[in-house]
Amino acid sequence: MTTETTITFTIDGQTIEGRAGQSIMDAADQAGIYIPRLCDVEGLHPQGSCRVCTVKANGRSTASCTQPIEEGLEVENETRELRNYRRDLVRMLFHEGNHLCPICEASGNCELQAMAYRLGITQASKFPYLQPVRPLDASHPDIALDTNRCIRCGRCIRASKDIDGKHVFGYVGRGIEKQVGVNGSKLSKTNVSIEDYAISPDVCPVGCIIRKGEGFKTPIGARKYDQSIIGTDKKQPGN
Amino acid sequence: MSDSPKKRLATTSLAGCFGCHMSLLDIDERILALIEQVEFDRSPINDIKKITRRCDVGLIEGGCCNEENVHTLQEFRRKCDVLVAVGQCAIMGGLPVMRNAIMHSDDPLKECLYEAYIDSPYIQNDNHQIPNDPALPLILDRVYSCSEVVKIDYQIPGCPPSGDMLWQTLTSLIEGRPENLPLELIKYD
Ligand code: SF4
Ligand code: SF4
Ligand code: FES
Repeated sequence: MTTETTITFTIDGQTIEGRAGQSIMDAADQAGIYIPRLCDVEGLHPQGSCRVCTVKANGRSTASCTQPIEEGLEVENETRELRNYRRDLVRMLFHEGNHLCPICEASGNCELQAMAYRLGITQASKFPYLQPVRPLDASHPDIALDTNRCIRCGRCIRASKDIDGKHVFGYVGRGIEKQVGVNGSKLSKTNVSIEDYAISPDVCPVGCIIRKGEGFKTPIGARKYDQSIIGTDKKQPGN
Repeated sequence: MSDSPKKRLATTSLAGCFGCHMSLLDIDERILALIEQVEFDRSPINDIKKITRRCDVGLIEGGCCNEENVHTLQEFRRKCDVLVAVGQCAIMGGLPVMRNAIMHSDDPLKECLYEAYIDSPYIQNDNHQIPNDPALPLILDRVYSCSEVVKIDYQIPGCPPSGDMLWQTLTSLIEGRPENLPLELIKYD
């Protein structure tokens, strides 16, 4: 018999209760408070790499998806300063890859785009567009990989390793050159399958992993984030 | 309001498809209210080819893919108090910018023109010649977004932006308020 220790802390002044060992994000989710995120998704281990979930915990910036809660912790989430950080991070992801939303099959379902909508990104940005040369791998009969849109969140890597037990995806290179590679010379030479969880629509937040033959099943304008702002469909407390 | 002078509005399409201008017509009957408040200066809508005098607001559709686009954009910047990049092409280059990512040799422009007119298996012109009529503006080494060329004050995203979005922004700017789009209207597609 174990009794779970309850931890009480605050997010933007609101008192929250969580369990010892929970991350700030998990506890916030349970309380129905949304913290923006890209590399973290339910069902996969947190990786803490995109930093879009950055909050201030007792005044220090930290990734809320990996930072455990503590008794009496004061967390800031929806502040002007943090929104500006998040805006810059999301903008940089747009500038680092080649994101042509008007021709992207993920448009409307894409979490990166939805985050930009939520953050109200409409102003001219101070960053240059890098316009990198990135490969498209359409060798597989059921799956295509358009790395122009990859934000290197690692969700496919964790899904393939931890859920499918396959290690189809992995990081290659470092720094700005860091990319997602596959365990074969091209996708058709790997053990990937359209049945893999890593290939399911929930895993890749953007339009990099494409399930062939399903394009435009739902028309542009009627897609997930055309209906509601990301994070506003959160579960209510207690669910 | 009615006796205050009308604001002047200029619009142009650079390396765009005129979709954003078509979308402006999607404000439907609100165009009557718009005409009450603004006078169109240079615009494809009235076919005035040169800006006649200083304008309050300039709307730019499309990025810059040739030298004429650059000259037009610079003229708009000089003569408009507020300059707005309208649509994804003006904001980040849009579909024409795809050529930037495919041009990666030492001679990117040549590579682009050869792909378009000489080498590609899909080309339609049988004489396989690169168009070189002196009347054609010179193509740039790559496609530039508007903010790479001049200072842009506001952006209205979308491909094209909806009539509602254009209306929201235009009415704000005409009344001298900053752009303030409701989040629900922001779309990049
Ligand atoms: S992946 Fe998302 S942000 Fe990138 S082009 Fe597609 S819809 Fe736009
Ligand atoms: S392919 Fe998709 S899931 Fe994998 S790292 Fe890139 S963006 Fe993330
Ligand atoms: S969601 Fe926490 S770092 Fe990406």
